[in-house]
Order: sequence, then C-alpha cells, then structure tokens
Amino acid sequence: MEGAWIPLALTLKVAGWATLLNLVLGVGVGFVLARRRFPGRELLDALLTLPMVMPPTVLGYYLLVLIGRRGPIGAWLQAHFGIQLIFTWQGAVIAATIVAFPLVFKSARAAFEAVDPQLEQAARVLGLGEAAVFFRVTLPLAWRGILAGVLLAFARATGEFGATLMVAGSIPGKTQTLSVAVYEAVQAGQDDVANFLVAVTSVTCVAVLLAAGRLVPGRVAGQT
Amino acid sequence: MTVIWDVDARRRFDHARRRFELRVRFASDSRRLVLFGPSGAGKSQTLKIVAGLTRPDAGHVRLGGETLADVAARIDVPARDRRLAYVFQDYALFPHLNVLQNVAFGLQRGWRNAAREVRHDEVQRWMRAFELGPLSHHYPEQLSGGQRQRTALARALVARPRALLLDEPFAALDPDLRARLRDELADLQAELGIPLVLITHDERDVRRFGDEVIEIAAGRVAGPGALRDDALAA
Repeated sequence: MEGAWIPLALTLKVAGWATLLNLVLGVGVGFVLARRRFPGRELLDALLTLPMVMPPTVLGYYLLVLIGRRGPIGAWLQAHFGIQLIFTWQGAVIAATIVAFPLVFKSARAAFEAVDPQLEQAARVLGLGEAAVFFRVTLPLAWRGILAGVLLAFARATGEFGATLMVAGSIPGKTQTLSVAVYEAVQAGQDDVANFLVAVTSVTCVAVLLAAGRLVPGRVAGQT
Repeated sequence: MTVIWDVDARRRFDHARRRFELRVRFASDSRRLVLFGPSGAGKSQTLKIVAGLTRPDAGHVRLGGETLADVAARIDVPARDRRLAYVFQDYALFPHLNVLQNVAFGLQRGWRNAAREVRHDEVQRWMRAFELGPLSHHYPEQLSGGQRQRTALARALVARPRALLLDEPFAALDPDLRARLRDELADLQAELGIPLVLITHDERDVRRFGDEVIEIAAGRVAGPGALRDDALAA
C-alpha cells in the first residue's frame, strides 16, 4: 500500500504547479477580458474556453503535436535548452494547466466584472496609480470569486486523466498520477490498491469542493 | 478678476442604443459653481472630464490658470495628479475597508491598504470634524446615508485637494437630512475656501450653492453663463 502515496504526492505536485500557473495566467487574462475593450474579445474568450468542452484526449493530441519532439515548440525547446517535455512530470503540469485554465479565467473575469468601475475611479482621483488601484481595490473585491475558481481548477487538475496520459504517459513514480494509477490498478486486477487510490482521490475532491462552496456565495469581500 | 474654471470640452459617447454628444463650454470665477440640469444631460460626464476620469475628444480644462487637459497641446494630467476631490453620487466608498481606512485611503502610498487601526494626524482631524470617530471600524454597508456622505467628504478632503467636485451629493439622502447637510457643506466650503463645483437637478441646491449656475441640457450649456468672453480674456 505504501506505493499508493507516490502517485498522491506526484498528483499534488502536478496539480499544485498547474494551479499556481493558472492563478497568474487566469487572473491576468480574466482582468484583461473584463476591463479592456478590443476587437475579437469574445472570440478570444471562446477559444480560451475550448479546453473545458473538448475531450481531454483531443487536447492531449494537440499538445503532442505542439510540444512533441517534432512539434514546433518541442523542437525549439530541445534545440535551444535541451528541454524535453513529453513523458515528464512537467509535461503533465502543462496538460493539467491547460485543462483547468478556463475554470480560473472564467471565474476571474466574472469576479472582475462584478467590481464597480466607479470604485476604481474613486481610487484614481485619490491619487493612486493603476497598479495600486488593482492591488488595493480591484483584487481585494474580486478575490473571493477568483479563489473559488482556483480551487475548482485544483480539483480539476487533480483528476486530470486524458491529456496527462497522452502527454506524460504512465511511468510509475515519474508521471503516474492518481487517476492514471487507478486505471492501471484496475487493469492489473489490483482491487485493494484501486480502492485505496479511489478513496484518497474522492476525499481530496470533496474537501476542495467544500472549500470552494464556502467561498462562492460569500458576502461582499469584507472583514479580512 | 481671476478665472477659476475654464472648460471647453467635446466628447462623443457611442452607446449601444444612442449616441450622445457632449459639448460644454464655460468659464467662471465663482468659488461656488452649480451645474444644473435634468438627468442624462451630461453633467456627470462634464465633471468626470474635469476630474480626468473621462478623456475629452477635443478642447481643454483649466483650473486657476493651470492646464489640466488640452487635447490640441497633448496635455492630459492623469486623474491621480490633479489633486481634485471628487464625491460620487452614491459615494463610492470602498466596501472592503472600514471608515478609518476609507478616510486614510488617499494618504496611504504603495500597493497595500492602510491597517485597520491606521493613525494619522490629518485623518484624525477629519474624522473629528465629521464626527466619524465612533464609526471608525464600521464598514460602509453598516452606515446610514448621512454617515456615508460624511465619510466620502472626509476621504476626499484629507489629501488637501485644490477643488471639490460633488456629483448630486444630496440625492441619496432623505429630505430632512438633505437640508441639514446642505448647510454643513456650505459652512465647510466657506471655511476651507476651496472652489466647489456641485452637480444637481434640485433647485434647492441651486439656491444654496449657486453663486453662479450653469445650465446643462442635452449635452450643451444653456442660458446665461454659457460663455463670457470678458471672463475668458481676464
């Protein structure tokens, strides 16, 4: 049974990195989509939402085409930095990041759009620069909605299967995450291992959903 | 005679349903100036152009001879550097900050908000002046209309602005309170001596504050005071 902790640790590492990347990317993209007007804004929103509706295996295939050894990005990374992403845990991070990305930027966009622009104007008149307005007014008022999206993204990244398998494979101790390990255990007839892995995954996901549920309907961001 | 306000601004707004063109031009040497007109006439947008929150398509804004914006000369002092106090119609208090933090907002530099117990002489002075001391740790949603207005005024005045811009400051209040706060504001302005521009569609505000009244209707200055060449030439 000790073997079961290794995929759990790997899963948390992959999901943790994917969530961190999404926190930065998703908040940035969500803010731009909420506050800037430019042609093609809704088209960009739709394109960035695709990972939510496309089958993960299709996404995984796209990723293989892009970052695989002969893909444009993969070949470039190999030639300039000697980096290879396919069949590594970093590859799994990229797969999980892309799959979970819409959850963060969608929540962030909605949260930023819910912030009254007049409050930002009030801050400007009071002498604040744009960065200070963002960190002192916009972000504190939007963070609950963003955090809820981030927690959902973490849960989604924890459960990632299809794209991860396509990009990172199932190398025990290296790229074999919980959900992939469950599949392998069932295939190999190791029901006790499968039971344990499934229980761990379920508890993790329920805990994250409970945390997200407490944040979503929250009152106006206040007493913090 | 010195000109305090010299505004000549044009701006087109393309909304989904209607197109609105604002074309306001006025000069005034009054320390109490009222922009009067029906809602939707362009009063708030005029004030936002003065404050630097809306950028004019053409024209200029000058205060006491200093150019705050001049499209032709490519001058556009950012709102944060204009040192104007702006009180929004519904006060725009920061809901995530308590009264003390709201009042201290403009004095606090950097990317972080003031601590909940922030101490600052200037802040204390205005908290006392507006009798906000007992409400220091209340959040805006816990305040009455009059308390919100006083918090908004204190927040605007703490940074020693050179003019006070008020957008329908009494509209959100009930009638009794309105009359009292009108007197308070008039006294305050007399004491501070800084120029005040007040927007309203209420004739009682006009009677109390209108040393000079500029009427705005359908995006244009109407009636007397529209543009006085002698004032501009001074």
